Amino acid sequence: MARSLKKGPFVHYKLYKRVTDMNESNKRTVVKTWSRASMILPDFVGHTIAVHNGNKFIPVFVTENMVGHKLGEFAPTRNWRGHSGNKKK
Amino acid sequence: MARIAGIDLPRNKRGVIGLTYIYGIGLSTSKRILAQAGIDESIKVQDWNDDQLTAIRTFISNEIKVEGQLRSEVQLNIKRLMDIGCYRGVRHRVGLPLRGQQTQTNGRTRKGKRKTVANKKKVTK
Repeated sequence: MARSLKKGPFVHYKLYKRVTDMNESNKRTVVKTWSRASMILPDFVGHTIAVHNGNKFIPVFVTENMVGHKLGEFAPTRNWRGHSGNKKK
Repeated sequence: MARIAGIDLPRNKRGVIGLTYIYGIGLSTSKRILAQAGIDESIKVQDWNDDQLTAIRTFISNEIKVEGQLRSEVQLNIKRLMDIGCYRGVRHRVGLPLRGQQTQTNGRTRKGKRKTVANKKKVTK
């Protein structure tokens, strides 16, 4: 079921604060976050956010197209390299 | 012959059904079109007169995305997913189901025909 519009998009409050602070002071630093469920807001565009994938932080550079997706979609949690003997094309 | 949006409609079917042969038009859209054009759903495609045909044509070309246009829009959406490198895009790239279905078995619609692995060990009792 879709999330209620009344609540607005979910963004972890600390992450949101970090990004808005950076926007005000025009700084661009990598923000580490574990909040994979946070939605990418238009404010995030141009920032690099390091998203935890359960093992390490995957740096995600946010572009305009990504707005509306969740951060976790860009940091895959599984690493499957294929069967042995499978040649990559 | 009724030709709409570059598609030949089956002439001996009812109007509602005939319109669904166009990519992008299903039953409900078809019903909406005919209601807007003021045509009875049960009139067969071959019995539409020219006025009714043009009414349907203009409605479709003005308000509904069909055929090539719709197909390219769908492809663009998929391409966007692949370009931003999100999970769904990756699944599109490797040709696996996108919505969390199991892939140990099944999922053949996305994976295509079974590829048998030569000399795979058989389960021994």
